[in-house]
Amino acid sequence: MFDNFGMQAAAAEIFLIATICVVLLVDVFLSDSKRWITYALSLLTLAGCAWMTLSYGVNERVSAFSGMYVADPMGDVLKLFSYATVAVSFIYARDYLQRRALFKGEYFVLGLVALLGIMVMISAGNLLTVYLGVELLSLSLYAMVAFDRESTVAAESAMKYFVLGAIASGMLLYGFSIMYGIAGTLQLDELAVELRSVESPIGLVFALVFIIAGVAFKFGAVPFHMWVPDVYHGAPTPVTLFIGAAPKISSFVLAVRVLAEGLDSLVANWQDMLIVISVLSMAIGNIVAIAQTNLKRMLAYSTVSHVGFILLGILAGTNDGYRAAMYYTFAYVIMSVGSFGMILLLAREGFEADRIDDFRGLNRKSPWFAAVMLMLMFSTAGVPPFIGFWAKVEVIAAVLDVGLAWLAALAVLFSVIGAFYYLRVVKVMYFDEPTDTVDIQAGGTLRAVLSLNGLAVLVLGIVPSVLIDLCVRALP
Amino acid sequence: MIQLEFVLLLAGLLFALSVAGIFLNRKNMILLLMCIELMLLAVNFNFIAFARQLGDLNGQVYVFFIMTVAAAEAAIGLAILVVLFRGKKSINVEQLNEMKG
Repeated sequence: MFDNFGMQAAAAEIFLIATICVVLLVDVFLSDSKRWITYALSLLTLAGCAWMTLSYGVNERVSAFSGMYVADPMGDVLKLFSYATVAVSFIYARDYLQRRALFKGEYFVLGLVALLGIMVMISAGNLLTVYLGVELLSLSLYAMVAFDRESTVAAESAMKYFVLGAIASGMLLYGFSIMYGIAGTLQLDELAVELRSVESPIGLVFALVFIIAGVAFKFGAVPFHMWVPDVYHGAPTPVTLFIGAAPKISSFVLAVRVLAEGLDSLVANWQDMLIVISVLSMAIGNIVAIAQTNLKRMLAYSTVSHVGFILLGILAGTNDGYRAAMYYTFAYVIMSVGSFGMILLLAREGFEADRIDDFRGLNRKSPWFAAVMLMLMFSTAGVPPFIGFWAKVEVIAAVLDVGLAWLAALAVLFSVIGAFYYLRVVKVMYFDEPTDTVDIQAGGTLRAVLSLNGLAVLVLGIVPSVLIDLCVRALP
Repeated sequence: MIQLEFVLLLAGLLFALSVAGIFLNRKNMILLLMCIELMLLAVNFNFIAFARQLGDLNGQVYVFFIMTVAAAEAAIGLAILVVLFRGKKSINVEQLNEMKG
């Protein structure tokens, strides 16, 4: 009888929520010295989820729970990638958290709940599921940012994140409510059909403005980017690492599910709005990043500019465009976890390593990790043969295909401007004198995974077909 | 029966009021939380009005979910406020200025 509900399609989510409860309960009974059990259980949970998704994977679109929930190949690929990202975030975070007496169950439990929110968004088939996913993710992230209770900077950035995020949710909901009033349905696939027969688009455009504002807010695109630098700067670095990675997948999927699937017929309207947002994001992100001295803040503005590039793919409004945006998202997430992982690698007791100057002379101390950072920075700047280059090529090709040559030219121009501040980090590492002689203290697991992360940027750039094939399978 | 337009107008006014409240208020952080609450209630008005007009229950169910999430959101907002107050000994919005750039 359970087949009628499609329980199987949601097996991974059901498994995850059950194990979150287990981890939460187990964590209560552990002393601080046994906290590694929570960490191990969280990683096992992720492995279990991956196994569930792989064994119940689908070849075509399947809806469950009366259409509230949708399972499709794109969803499976995005979910597997999210598990891997969250697992890597946990591994990177461990050393740092242990050294600051922050190695508590909260980080892992909130991380898993945030992952559940991402999965709900990935599989949303209804505006209600979209909203619940967004909130599940956002509420966990607000709490995560504030979880170092001694830090007033973290509390301040959590407050800013909370207020601005709540406004974004409000905007999104207001747009949804008007869309519901016009179309008379909350179901995304029915919405797409209903909207085709609507004659006067004034009300629709009004609703669309609010929805785009909400989506841009969650992405962190200009002019709704005010929270990004403050949150990235103020939050503890492991939390910044988390926020910079997996939630980007959810923002991408939010745009695809709502704009591309639900509001497909309004593509001409939302394309114009996204062009403005995308150009502004690339411009302001890249130009303001030049002025930063704090590496976390610089990477925050770099995120804003990369969001502009992801939006380029989405605004093309074609299947190729969505695929390019998906590829860009994957590439960006790999580079972003690597860059923040480098900050965590260098951080030690009483030293955050979050200023660009803290990377001075890294080549003398550790030539290998200087090379890893070099690869990550070159890739983020979009230098061939690294993965970031192919990601930029794909989105720019998608934009050219729909005849927006001037936009492609602007994108190239801004990525050249952006190269400046990434190269500055490389210059500081190789040509400046080190300010201290303390060696890197990070543990072996972090070193190993980070090395793999750096190599992945190079290998996936030399053999781009691996990740591109994955995206083609997800969005045929 | 009250016409749909009037309810939508009221909801729009409440929504505008709450956004204005968030951006104009420079003194008290608790007012920010109240404005956020008001914003969600304005959306609820919209959903109820449309659900009644369309004779469709989905909109009313949505409202229940929004109210539940709003409660969770308020709990987290107040918790962050308490952490902030312990550090700063103030809930003045203008003092949220440790980070610049």
